[in-house]
Amino acid sequence: MDFSLTAEQVQFRDEVRGWLRANVPPDWGSRPLFGPDSPVELHSFLRDWQRRLFGAGFLGLTWPKEYGGRDLSYMEELIFNEEMAEAKAPPILNLLGIYLAGPTIIAYGTDAQKQRLLSKILSGEEIWCQGYSEPNAGSDLASLQTRAVLDGDHSVVNRQKVWTSLAHVADWIMLLARTDPKAPRHQGITYFLVDMHSSGITVRPLRQLTGDAEFNEIFFDNVRVPAASILGGVGNGWQVGLTTLMYERMALGFGLQIRLRMALDHLIALARRNGGAAARNPIIRQKLAQLWIETEAFKYTGYRAITKLLRGELPGAEGSTGKIFWSETHQRLQALAMEIEGPYAQLTTGSRWAIEGGLWQHLFLRSLGNTIEGGTTEIQRNIVGERVLGLPKD
Amino acid sequence: MDFGFSPEQEMLRETARKFLAEESRSAFVREMMDSTAGITPELWQKMAELGWLGLIYPEEYGGAGGSFVDLTVILEEMGRVVFPGPYFSTLLLGGLAILEGGDGTQKKAWLPRIATGEARVTLAWTEPNGRWDAEGMTLTAKRDRDAFVLTGTKLFVPDAHTADALVVAARTGNGPEAGVSLFLLPRESPGVTVMLLPTMDHTRKLCEVTFSVTRVPADALLGEAGRGWRILQRVIDRATVGLCAEMCGGAQKVLEICTEYAKVRQAFGKPIGTYQAVKHKCADMLLLTENAKSITYYAAWAVSEDVPEDSLAASMAKAYASDAYRKVAQDGIQIHGGIGFTWDHDLHLYFKRAKSSEVTFGDANYHRERVAQLIHL
Repeated sequence: MDFSLTAEQVQFRDEVRGWLRANVPPDWGSRPLFGPDSPVELHSFLRDWQRRLFGAGFLGLTWPKEYGGRDLSYMEELIFNEEMAEAKAPPILNLLGIYLAGPTIIAYGTDAQKQRLLSKILSGEEIWCQGYSEPNAGSDLASLQTRAVLDGDHSVVNRQKVWTSLAHVADWIMLLARTDPKAPRHQGITYFLVDMHSSGITVRPLRQLTGDAEFNEIFFDNVRVPAASILGGVGNGWQVGLTTLMYERMALGFGLQIRLRMALDHLIALARRNGGAAARNPIIRQKLAQLWIETEAFKYTGYRAITKLLRGELPGAEGSTGKIFWSETHQRLQALAMEIEGPYAQLTTGSRWAIEGGLWQHLFLRSLGNTIEGGTTEIQRNIVGERVLGLPKD
Repeated sequence: MDFGFSPEQEMLRETARKFLAEESRSAFVREMMDSTAGITPELWQKMAELGWLGLIYPEEYGGAGGSFVDLTVILEEMGRVVFPGPYFSTLLLGGLAILEGGDGTQKKAWLPRIATGEARVTLAWTEPNGRWDAEGMTLTAKRDRDAFVLTGTKLFVPDAHTADALVVAARTGNGPEAGVSLFLLPRESPGVTVMLLPTMDHTRKLCEVTFSVTRVPADALLGEAGRGWRILQRVIDRATVGLCAEMCGGAQKVLEICTEYAKVRQAFGKPIGTYQAVKHKCADMLLLTENAKSITYYAAWAVSEDVPEDSLAASMAKAYASDAYRKVAQDGIQIHGGIGFTWDHDLHLYFKRAKSSEVTFGDANYHRERVAQLIHL
């Protein structure tokens, strides 16, 4: 066991840290919004921010050099994400492109697809979104009904996707659609890479219970998609889609633990307000200490998983519970903030009495989505039970 | 960064798993539960031959010079089989106290004999007041010319009835911490009475040890007078991490037992593992077990490397593992239904070990408060 960095990794960390110190705008807020509610200037700012990160060589760290990456290990990816969190840097706009679409295209794409798409993912010239969920296909993703009919050298796509983050700014979508309604449900699905500017696509924002609109619904009305946009072959969409989900789970781990720790530090500061009555309350102390311990456990479980990757071994059981644990721990953290605020928990943005301008109320409500987005905790527990423990499927 | 075990440690794990699967089957554990000694001399000797009894002692004291992380590998494997007997108390309590606090003479006198299996040593620390802090130390050691006179009672002392020597924490002065000193004395010293206590976890033998005017020479002091609390804290932090390793091994084994059962036991025409009520319990058991391992391995590294935050790491591990093992063991019984509630099934051995481990060295509430203090909350 060894928690130290190599000389090269220290140099890399210092390089990232120095660059961020010089380049993160000092007035950058702590509440980034990706949604349609957020101002247009924010998106052009974030596009520019990503272009600069790419120029500095910090994006696609684990990608092969031939696609604009640096061929580095997951350790550098971890260091970069920790430094980004620590510097409170603006987020990466094309997160889904870099961590989901890119690796999936590298794994399954044709040379033409790789040449056309990969470098613009890193530079931020083209933003990606993920078209998986539908109104009647959420946890049961394989029941999706978006239809793609093969018609010569094109496919024609119809119906609807939902809960799609970034769809309102995206240039491309990772789209799962049914190409063979007669085939067994996992086999009739094809993975398409679709230009969001195609005619027949309509994007409508959805308002969440926080009042914000982070995500959208997308309507496909006879959208013609060229055959060259099929990824991994007709009827292989389920397999390709699972690969994306695997990358999603992996990418999730990077930086999440340090963000959880920063949220906890912030919460402890909240408990110390007004002479620290909350921080002295034995029950609050128990809960804060438990969150501290869980945050550390989450970090070291992540380190064990990354060690497996660095050693070139297959991911083990330790990485499989990250999404469940993070989402539930984060919800407990936000619920404790409300408990500490007492009656002030009721006041939101706009009230001069609201603590920290109502920030905690927003974070608390937003955290309710954590156990739903990216696969509900119930589905995650099924996955852990079936794929890791080998329990029988229903 | 490399947060995993070395190939040598993986080999040690493999050896330990094989050895313990062979030597410590359920029938043996149950036999030892009913016995007074809790172990057989033959098995103790075999462990000595494997080098397990002197694993972490320097070679000059007949040890193998292994690291604390090496020791936790063996302990985790022992937890898998609810290993009975005085290995834990000899290695992690009595032996560690001598290693941490003893002078050259004391180490030479005891450590080589522990390593060869000739001697067993335990630590008499807690008292009937059940406190873990220095103020709870009320057994007195009064100086009388070139000797000390010990008077008082120690409770929850593991394996005192089979130990050759005791390390005893006693009050030599005022000031909660500055008044605590450690003494190393033969169990057969005059005025020492040992009584075996009936315990919920039959694999752990606990004793009441009474000192009624026990006179020991001044050179029985382990470390300087008044410096005992510091040594004790180091020993208890390390023993706590060792205990957590055992708990992780136990939880992992319960998870495996349950997963296998959930695959074969049928209800309503399907294996019960098909149902989410059972499947999700198993997933949660995995989550708790893996997190307990992560924080315990980190704590093992922290005490092995003597980093400044070793106490914090130990308390984090104990708080998490205490809740995790109890919950995993209880859910294990629930998943098994009626058969899990029987004496014949092994699950209750794990549950009772989880319970005794949970309260040993302080439960989760105690360690959470200690974490709160150590992070200056």
